[in-house]
Amino acid sequence: MIPPGAEAHRAAESAARKSYGKLVAYLAARTRDLASAEDALADAFASALGNWPVSGVPANPEAWLMTAAKRKLIDGARRRRRAEKAADGLVLHTEELISAMEETEGIGDERLRLMFACAHPAIDPAVRAPLILQTILGFDAATIASAFLVAPATMSQRLVRAKTKICEAGIPFRVPERAELMGRLEAVLDAVYAVFTEGWADPAGTETRRRELSGEAIWLGRLVVSLLPEEPETLGLLALMLHAEARKQARRDKAGRYVPLAEQDPANWDERLIEEAECLLFQAGKLAAPARFQIEAAIQSAHAIRRQGGPADWPAIVRLYDGLLALTGSPVVEINRAVALAEVAGAAAGLAALNDLAANARLQDYQPYWAALAELLARTDAIDDAWQAYQRAIGLESDPAVREFLQERQARLSSRTTPGRPPR
Amino acid sequence: MKYLLMIYNDETEVMTLPKEKMEQRLGAYGAFIEAMNKAGVCVAIDRLQPSSNATTVRMVDGKAKVLNGPYAETKEQLGGYILIDVPDLDAALAWAARCPGAGHGIMEIRPVWSM
Repeated sequence: MIPPGAEAHRAAESAARKSYGKLVAYLAARTRDLASAEDALADAFASALGNWPVSGVPANPEAWLMTAAKRKLIDGARRRRRAEKAADGLVLHTEELISAMEETEGIGDERLRLMFACAHPAIDPAVRAPLILQTILGFDAATIASAFLVAPATMSQRLVRAKTKICEAGIPFRVPERAELMGRLEAVLDAVYAVFTEGWADPAGTETRRRELSGEAIWLGRLVVSLLPEEPETLGLLALMLHAEARKQARRDKAGRYVPLAEQDPANWDERLIEEAECLLFQAGKLAAPARFQIEAAIQSAHAIRRQGGPADWPAIVRLYDGLLALTGSPVVEINRAVALAEVAGAAAGLAALNDLAANARLQDYQPYWAALAELLARTDAIDDAWQAYQRAIGLESDPAVREFLQERQARLSSRTTPGRPPR
Repeated sequence: MKYLLMIYNDETEVMTLPKEKMEQRLGAYGAFIEAMNKAGVCVAIDRLQPSSNATTVRMVDGKAKVLNGPYAETKEQLGGYILIDVPDLDAALAWAARCPGAGHGIMEIRPVWSM
């Protein structure tokens, strides 16, 4: 038997999941006051949980919640006005707000505007993705803090500070004009991708919230594509995330051990997601403006070719990394390029490319640099150096499964120093 | 800023760990310590003997009362600590996550009052 109120609970949760961001965006669009909008919405959800089990779930839960939340906002504004009895301008402003809210019938989709406000250049880059998670998806500060490996009190403070800034510094809720769209869109897409990579960082799927993060990011990616379908980078980002998501399960074997991309069985990849990613990439290609996410998605596509039985298209991967490097100048891209180059031109060529990076202080604490270096040193029979590089990589890794994988690779080196090993 | 990273773990799990798993874990700790030293963040690090070797002392009515065992009998006990010196809490959290103790136990991170 379904316990009384269970249906109402489910309806409220489903409405929260689907409509949260839409309602917050709409409620805050005029005032830019996100904190009040969130409070009003929280009150509305509480009323729903009190009312719906008694009166039944309304035909349009979203509209019901909107009406309830608006009423809370208007009550709050009226209370403030009475308390302040301040300048006429303020009264006028409140009246305008109230009539604007009472007039509007449908709920316009203001989520994209809200995302541009959250990813505004005036907002600390580190808080943009968390802010989107909170305002569009309704995540609480503690959950976001744990996903981004930050203390909950710190995260909560950062979110409050960012919301205050949006309100007080007058950061607009608007989609920028064509001329400045590209730079600003990048910040929005970066934030969505940051959400995805945080979810991706929990391959074992042990933390439910983190596992869901990659799904939430794909959901945000689809939302942005639906609102800006003609932008190649929105398509590129969604394609990139779908390609990665398709390989999510293949990253672990049945015993929970880490499986690197090169050793994954393509039969374990999600064909449906790959197909969708390839379609998006094709659409993006037609718009003929390749940029970062599109190139990264194309690299994933060149790996996905292994589904057809052959090897990955390494020459294409090197060329794509060249393009990406020219665009970003990122040392992380250089590492990946060096690994791909080793597949095309041999381990020594890959090593030479990595050696150019050795002086970069930022890479000293970066695990993938040491893991790549170790792998290529091992292939060139520089056993001692490879052992040392594995040691650094192991010490910097936080995922136990990857750490064990690196330890196994390191242990395999010792067996190669036994007598009988062919001379170098 | 200094932070104390405390590793809380289940002592029975440690005692019943198969030999090769134990070696793997100690190897991981060795690599972790090296990484901290290379980054120049580690001030002190020690592994503690089991809580069965612990003793508590408190003054009761002016006399020292000595008891066998740890302060609190919990499943997870303090098994080791690391004192690090890093710019901020986020850096401390990153190092705590890299510590193998985050995998087989729980890391508690406490900022140290600066004198």
